[in-house]
Amino acid sequence: MSGGGHHHREILPLLPTYDPPAELDGLGKKGLIVGFFALIATLVGGLMANDHFTQFYRSYLIGFLFVFALSAGCWSISLVHHLSRGKWGVMIRRSLEAAAANLPLVAVMFVPIVFGIHSLYEWSHTEVVAGDPILSRKAAYLNANMFILRSAFYFVSFSLLAMWIRRLSLKQDQTGDPALAPKMQKIAAGSLLFYILAMTFAAVDWVMSLTPHWFSTIYGLYFVIGQGIAGMAFTILMCKFLSKLEPLAKRFSTENFHDYGKLLFAWTLVWTYFSLSQFLIIWSGNLPEELSWFYGRIKGGWKPVSLMLVFLHFVLPFLLLLSRSRKQNITRLARVAALMLFMRLVDLIWLTAPAFSPDVLKIHWMDITAPIGLFGIWLFFYVRNLRSRSILPLHEPYLREALGHV
Amino acid sequence: MAELHGIMAEYEKPGDLVAAIHKVREAGFRNMDAYTPYPIEEVIEALDFKTKMPLLVLCAGIIGCLGGFGLQYWVSVIEYPMNYGGRPLNSWPAFIPITFECTILLCALTATFGMIAMNGLPMPYHPVFNVAAFREKAGTNGYFLCIEASDPKFASAREALSGTNASEVNDVEA
Repeated sequence: MSGGGHHHREILPLLPTYDPPAELDGLGKKGLIVGFFALIATLVGGLMANDHFTQFYRSYLIGFLFVFALSAGCWSISLVHHLSRGKWGVMIRRSLEAAAANLPLVAVMFVPIVFGIHSLYEWSHTEVVAGDPILSRKAAYLNANMFILRSAFYFVSFSLLAMWIRRLSLKQDQTGDPALAPKMQKIAAGSLLFYILAMTFAAVDWVMSLTPHWFSTIYGLYFVIGQGIAGMAFTILMCKFLSKLEPLAKRFSTENFHDYGKLLFAWTLVWTYFSLSQFLIIWSGNLPEELSWFYGRIKGGWKPVSLMLVFLHFVLPFLLLLSRSRKQNITRLARVAALMLFMRLVDLIWLTAPAFSPDVLKIHWMDITAPIGLFGIWLFFYVRNLRSRSILPLHEPYLREALGHV
Repeated sequence: MAELHGIMAEYEKPGDLVAAIHKVREAGFRNMDAYTPYPIEEVIEALDFKTKMPLLVLCAGIIGCLGGFGLQYWVSVIEYPMNYGGRPLNSWPAFIPITFECTILLCALTATFGMIAMNGLPMPYHPVFNVAAFREKAGTNGYFLCIEASDPKFASAREALSGTNASEVNDVEA
């Protein structure tokens, strides 16, 4: 448009393929180095603690949940994109797929949890279960073998579903077959439903069973939305990185960033809604077996972390993301995304660590290094996945429109 | 000559309309309005359209939030304090849902009725409908720009609009 002024991006010609920027390799390498040393530090910390690696496993669980959230979150966002269609997801689809393709890696990262099962889960000790009428009744579900079997099932099914749709997406690049888009839409519908149902079980297994007497029915959805936030926040940070480099420099539009900001905003509200629902119902009920989980978090030493979640996971991002101009500016939006990614980690610490120290605030330095370590390794493989193909889906029906060619 | 509401130009493409708005604004015209069959973000930007709606809705939200909470606080703590199972009188977590609902309610009502009022609706008569092309195409595939008679530079409006990529330029009778 002539005379359009600085608001409008220049419409660049369509290319036969869009090679991912080589600068990504540097990011991956940095991730690998930082991740390697952070993991070594965590291992040494585990050895030095002289507690049969108990603290190591507790911190490692947080790290595992963090990288799992990134992969599962990005996968679920890509499913929403395939399901709803439209141009909003076209620019980030390859990044989402690259993160989802890390699901088998995350499965490998789960293996130490299996070895640490006795350090983490009270119900894994048969003598404890025998002396506890509630746990005895739950033993048919909560036992080590079933736990490992179910976890294997989640990983195999999630990985296969994610790889299936990613393979079709690559096939779409190569053949341009118009039947592939509706096919991926159908797979996405089933996958999304399966993910949400299976994730409910996974959240119960991996985290809720840390306090095996306690229960909450919204717990699984709380994880689903947390993973969505983590995935979107990571995606926005990657958009900032990619929007400075060819071939995507100048190909993103402000409308793209506005959409990602709106999704981050909406999901932050959903997270708040789920957290408050869980809290309010338990608080109003005022029953000892339900309230036990919240007591140390509200009245005990974990209160500052709870308040931190209220103000930095909800109030501040809510106020910041109200602004339309902030959502449209990737640099300013990325700052909020970085905050959200950090707060996801805080939330994971808040969900797990009080199980081992209910009344006293205890955050170990390994609670931070373990997630950094696993995230670094995760980032290295993410970059490898992203570099392996065109960074834009070539025959995606909405690609022309997403690049401004109407 | 009948009194004029303004001079209206018609464009075949939204891009032409946006370019024309930029051109006449650069020439110093200010009092104008554009008419398109569907909302076009660039047109709103080009017109430099300012509205107080977001501020109004924010204020309504804050009033709804404080009002909703205040009402519950007043009833439960000041006017009719009752002890429910030992819970504190100011059981603020229990007040949150209603506080939230009041916030949303006042925002939505303000946005809906504020939009209607600030658009001057209902409006049984508007001069732009005196242009035949407008009646025909404004709802389907015509893009219109009208410089209004109240503009200080209105005398040269026809000339300015003729200098754009307009397919037609018409007088709009008041």
